[in-house]
Amino acid sequence: MSREPAETTEEITRFLSAALRRAVGPDDDYFTLGLVDSLFALELVTYVEVTFSLTVEVEDLDLDSFRTARRITEFVHRKTGADDPTPLHAGDN
Amino acid sequence: MTAPQEPPAVKCLVWDLDDTLWDGVVLEGDTPPPFPHAERTLKTLDSRGILHAAVSRGDHDMATAHLDACGLGEWFCAARIGWGDKSTAVRRIAETLNIGLDTIAFIDNDPAERAEVAAALPMVRCYPAHLAEHLPDRAEFRPAHVTAEATGRRLLYRTEWRRRQAEEEAGGDRREFLASLGLVMEIAPATEDDLARASELTVRTHQLNSTGLIYSEEELRRLSTAPDHQVRLARLKDRFGDYGIVGLSVTELTSTQSVLRLMLMSCRVASRGAGELMLAHLVRQARAEGRRPVTHFVPTAVNRTMLVTLRFAGYVPVTTAPGDETPMVLEVPADHPLREPGSHVRLLVHDA
Repeated sequence: MSREPAETTEEITRFLSAALRRAVGPDDDYFTLGLVDSLFALELVTYVEVTFSLTVEVEDLDLDSFRTARRITEFVHRKTGADDPTPLHAGDN
Repeated sequence: MTAPQEPPAVKCLVWDLDDTLWDGVVLEGDTPPPFPHAERTLKTLDSRGILHAAVSRGDHDMATAHLDACGLGEWFCAARIGWGDKSTAVRRIAETLNIGLDTIAFIDNDPAERAEVAAALPMVRCYPAHLAEHLPDRAEFRPAHVTAEATGRRLLYRTEWRRRQAEEEAGGDRREFLASLGLVMEIAPATEDDLARASELTVRTHQLNSTGLIYSEEELRRLSTAPDHQVRLARLKDRFGDYGIVGLSVTELTSTQSVLRLMLMSCRVASRGAGELMLAHLVRQARAEGRRPVTHFVPTAVNRTMLVTLRFAGYVPVTTAPGDETPMVLEVPADHPLREPGSHVRLLVHDA
């Protein structure tokens, strides 16, 4: 039932590219690119909750979990498929 | 038969352009001159606080460029030029200006267009073009109260319209659009003249509002001179105009902490990154004064935006789930790197 990480990342980049009206790659940090405002931040969090059927708690609202599509993928899989601790990638920290 | 109820005064006159506002058709490469009587009507109604909009056939850019070329552009606060039903365009104008259709009047030389609008929107009053010069004499164009802010209102609507247009035109990259606005945020202590507006903001701002505390003018006056408090106001400007005072912070100072009791930002400017900018400044200022940046937060049905903004600005919860009476407390850890303000906005800070 659970998605492949690559699939999740692709879904998220598609959302980001549409919402920010520019191509967003899996590792683009749209926060440092200055593309994020309060409205978009909430939209992003809500999108993640609705799309992946999870609740983002106050503690989860760590910028580091949301700053790139790949980070969100890791977050989503951490929240939903806690049994899959495999890192999705290496070296982009 | 009952006496017909008097219809409300007209708030906006929607003009057809070709052969109604000006003498000819702009699409055919003509540069038709405006009818002098139409121009007089524009100005007279404007002085009474009645807005003008355009709904016409043809190419949008060409029509609005000709309006500007005739020196009439500034009288209009909305325009929809195209080939769809005019009734749909009129409805959109009413939505844009946020006024009822029964306060809209429509003037067009083409009886078929008037019939289409009248059939789809029976509450819209329609007039043939030859009546343009007589409209100011009619009762429905004579509002009971002409307020001093009438002209101000047109400018406000027009500024908003131009901003929206710029945003639509930018189409592509959001950052480029923001950069093109030439945003300037000014953060300064509250002065006597600002207190009424500041107090009003605490009542009227709900989404980007950290605690929902309502401060009266009196309280704000007291706090702004109290040694253990800081009251800061944020103003925002862009190349289109001044948004005025949009943000407020009330900070309580202890020997070790700078506690944000209330931080709010008008939702009109939330999409400009204004909330993030002000927060980043407050964190920087607290640290510069040797205090730990702390904030209170009280969740409501509509202020999750504020929570996300606080968290993304580096505030981390330090208390467990809030009780019914106590606010959540969050603090920016000492090792949290400060984000520099984005390049899309210039920040001016004035201290007392």
